[in-house]
Amino acid sequence: MSTDAIKTQGNTLTFSAIPAGEGLRKALAMPRVDIIDMVRDSKLKGRGGAGFPTGIKWNFAAAEKRTPKYVMCNADEGEPGTFKDRLILSEYADLVMEGMTIGGRAIGASLGLIYLRAEYAYLRKHLEDTIKRRKAENLLGQNICGVEGFNFNIMVAMGAGAYVCGEETALIESLEGFRGEPRNRPPFPVVSGFLNRPSVVNNVETLAWVPCIMVNGVDWFKSIGTNNSTGHKLFSVSGDCEKPGVYEFPFGITVADLLKEVGGSDAKAVQIGGASGRCVPKKDFERRLAFEDVPTGGSVIVIGPGRDMLDLAHNIMDFFVDESCGQCTPCRVGNDKLLKGVEMLKAGTCSDEYLDELKGLANTMQVASKCGLGQSSSVALLSIIEHFGDEIHGR
Amino acid sequence: MADNTCLPRRRAPLSQLFQPDLPRETPVADAIGATIGVTIDGMETKVPLGTTILEAAKSMGVRIPTLCHHPDLEVAGICRICVVEVEGQKTLQAACAYPITAPVRIKTYSKAVRIARRHVLDLLLSEHCGDCYSCIRNGICELQQLAEEYGVDGFRFGHVEEPVAIDDSSFSIVRDMNKCIRCRRCVRTSIDVQEVGVLEAMNRSNKVEISTFMQKPLGNEICINCGQCINRCPTAALYANPALDQVWKALDDPNKHVVIQTAPSPRAAMGECFGLAPGTSVTYQMNTGLKRMGFDHVFDTNFTADLTIIEEGTELVLRLYKALVEGETSVALPQFTSCSPGWVKYCEHFYPEFIPNLSTAKSPQQMFGALIKTFYADKLGLDPKNIVSVALMPCSAKKFECNRPEMVDSGYQDVDFGLTTRELGKMFHQAGLDVPTMPKSDFDDPFGGATGSGLIFGATGGVMESALRTVIELVTGRKVESIFEQGDIIPVRGFEGVRYVEVKIPDVGPVPDILKHLVPNWDWLKGATLKVAVAHGTANAKKVMEDIKHGGKFSHCHFIEFMACPGGCLGGGGQPIPTSKEIRAARAKAIYSEDHELDIRKSYENPAVVKVYEEFLTDGPCGHKSHELLHTHYVARGKHIE
Repeated sequence: MSTDAIKTQGNTLTFSAIPAGEGLRKALAMPRVDIIDMVRDSKLKGRGGAGFPTGIKWNFAAAEKRTPKYVMCNADEGEPGTFKDRLILSEYADLVMEGMTIGGRAIGASLGLIYLRAEYAYLRKHLEDTIKRRKAENLLGQNICGVEGFNFNIMVAMGAGAYVCGEETALIESLEGFRGEPRNRPPFPVVSGFLNRPSVVNNVETLAWVPCIMVNGVDWFKSIGTNNSTGHKLFSVSGDCEKPGVYEFPFGITVADLLKEVGGSDAKAVQIGGASGRCVPKKDFERRLAFEDVPTGGSVIVIGPGRDMLDLAHNIMDFFVDESCGQCTPCRVGNDKLLKGVEMLKAGTCSDEYLDELKGLANTMQVASKCGLGQSSSVALLSIIEHFGDEIHGR
Repeated sequence: MADNTCLPRRRAPLSQLFQPDLPRETPVADAIGATIGVTIDGMETKVPLGTTILEAAKSMGVRIPTLCHHPDLEVAGICRICVVEVEGQKTLQAACAYPITAPVRIKTYSKAVRIARRHVLDLLLSEHCGDCYSCIRNGICELQQLAEEYGVDGFRFGHVEEPVAIDDSSFSIVRDMNKCIRCRRCVRTSIDVQEVGVLEAMNRSNKVEISTFMQKPLGNEICINCGQCINRCPTAALYANPALDQVWKALDDPNKHVVIQTAPSPRAAMGECFGLAPGTSVTYQMNTGLKRMGFDHVFDTNFTADLTIIEEGTELVLRLYKALVEGETSVALPQFTSCSPGWVKYCEHFYPEFIPNLSTAKSPQQMFGALIKTFYADKLGLDPKNIVSVALMPCSAKKFECNRPEMVDSGYQDVDFGLTTRELGKMFHQAGLDVPTMPKSDFDDPFGGATGSGLIFGATGGVMESALRTVIELVTGRKVESIFEQGDIIPVRGFEGVRYVEVKIPDVGPVPDILKHLVPNWDWLKGATLKVAVAHGTANAKKVMEDIKHGGKFSHCHFIEFMACPGGCLGGGGQPIPTSKEIRAARAKAIYSEDHELDIRKSYENPAVVKVYEEFLTDGPCGHKSHELLHTHYVARGKHIE
């Protein structure tokens, strides 16, 4: 188990100050609608990267009449360069489970499922032990905390190693025992998810913030971050910096400030949001990490001055060629064409005309792919082509 | 006719551990009857809540191209050729998969849409190996058509030059993965429509291929050869193993006496190969065409369909007599029909313990094969080794059936070649024979023309109806018309996936001569209720079989008709492409209306059948000779794969 602590800007780490059980007890003292109102008012947004407002998601699921409903924890942390969820699950699993339990209370679910990525199999026992302990403490199970009729259990289900299963509908397919491939949306999981029943799928970190909001209040959460991206965010920082690791920073921190904190100020670029995110060049380091500016699920890969940007592009495209589920045409075939294009660029054999063809193809992939994977796999490549033209041409 | 009931919803949930009784269902069930305003390319209309953009556009006469979509199949939304712009959405949406649940404005041919579609085509073509002119689907390929429409003028993103090996290990179905566009229509057919699960997507990303289990050759798989995957393949990745070159060779050989039997379903569909509307029967024009092509004689498979009814019906009577009168407990009931070779192989693989229930009567094709090389050869003084017996079938599984090693009761391979409707259509084209404009001519003697009973074998429920028409008359001594109006036994008809019918036998007549040696009287059937059922498509067969296994209502049936293909033979895997429930319904209509036009509509009244029993099968139905030539046995295959 990792013992790396989550670093902060000198403040006390929020998660460490929230005692197990307190957020849940507060939530259970409220009517269900008030829980959702609180989450909505806090403007908590999905920490996996998509940034969908959690309160609205819960409200959709709560409004569905069909039962049973499910709360899923997306612990398929597969985005390259992100490892914050691993740390949260190692150190603060109670908060995650509490978030799930509160979510279950809010939407009317009685089963929660943690979809744990295959590479985190070593965490399974820890999570199951935590479930067992929480049951013993009546924080899970029947009539939780003495609230008559509120029953909620959590099970851990294992992923099998596919990146795409971090996409919520592919995750659900995988949970049901099928090939992990995204479904058509609509219907969205909140209407028809696991076993075609209303299901909310939330990221590990999102769920962990819920009890914090219950304990510290909406105003506290909104006082941190920006107007549209409230609260703290955990960042997984890696690459060419002195102090890689997991950091708690408020949303809205500039790239430059973040680099200062992690000892990566000489970077020539930062890959934000993992392989599916964009590459921010030095000239844009004053931009903010927030949903309204540079959105991110928390992955920050620092690119040092000595790095070849085409190597980065190659690495990223190679990743997507491996990880596309292979369902839809733009993503299945398109990523391969982009990878081959990067190889041609490296070899100096890609004409400007063909590069334009590839950019057009990348645009089509972004609008015509079935899921977020194909819609975002070319984002990094396009931003590298845009910002590092000099480095790319003339080989 | 709503035949969507024969196409079950997608796979049952494996995750029984959570909610064992939970059915998978799609939402949008609320607010039935509500309509939503939709604007497509500036035109406004209202559609029922939950209508897809594709359906809405179609209802307005707006054509949106599709590839992975098929009206018989679950929506996949994976090829992305049908993307459209939906106002308010950041990305393009797949028209086939987008249910309209709120008022929307849609553009179906904007610049972004056209660019995306062209990209999708270019990407598909970059994976595609082979040339259109040498392709078996040249001219009826959905990819080719779209490439033409969208002005594909080259391989923008490269092209595969090295072909992969073609799998022609199956007698019935060839898999050419060079032509596959990964639309998974075959996968959904195999898993959802037929529930045999022979084909599935393997690997990820650009390494995805459609594979058999463990990548074994198809000939070794638990494949029932129904060819439903062929009918739904948009390209030439799947096609029936062709026999047309061998048939031409036989026709070209002056030393060969080449005869062809034609099944009813191809006759109701051949017109489609000539651009006629589905359901335009060309039976008698085709006879002329076949003779001009060089076939020495053209026979009607309906003759042996009638013979099948006599043999299978007699077998049923014997089984019932043994069970009900003699009290024999080992008699396998219900008796299952055995004329669909896809169903037979399905039963051999999935329910081998029920092989005793399968009627031992051969299929009409194989009965005919055995008679042609014996009875007919004798009659004409021909050496059977010089006879080439061809069968025109709506079916790919018939190609496997005629190659079953036990089908050699004449001393030779009983049927040499099975041709699909599509193949014969191609032969007609090659010979320049415009079938629809040909003069009409009849079938050849000594087997002559048909009865309506043989004819309706082509539609689901047809075998059952034929059997009932004969059994009712032979047992009650009354005309079936006195019980069912015009002799149409409507309850067994239709496209509902599974049908259960009870027929009361209030009184009985004398035992007809033909059966006198088998049963002394019908008294034991007086007041009995004959319980029968009909299922088409193996997914529906599975429902019935599981019910029987668990002692449900179908286990009390006496006789059950199973057809492997949705709609019965008229929806067979050898029929013209495309297929849809409307097309199948039109073919069924053609078959039933032709039945009405015939003078003789009951198998036992077929004069040629009577004659065969008088002259050749002299020890009667289910007698020694008929057992030798007209009955067969089966192989308990199970799910073991070599």
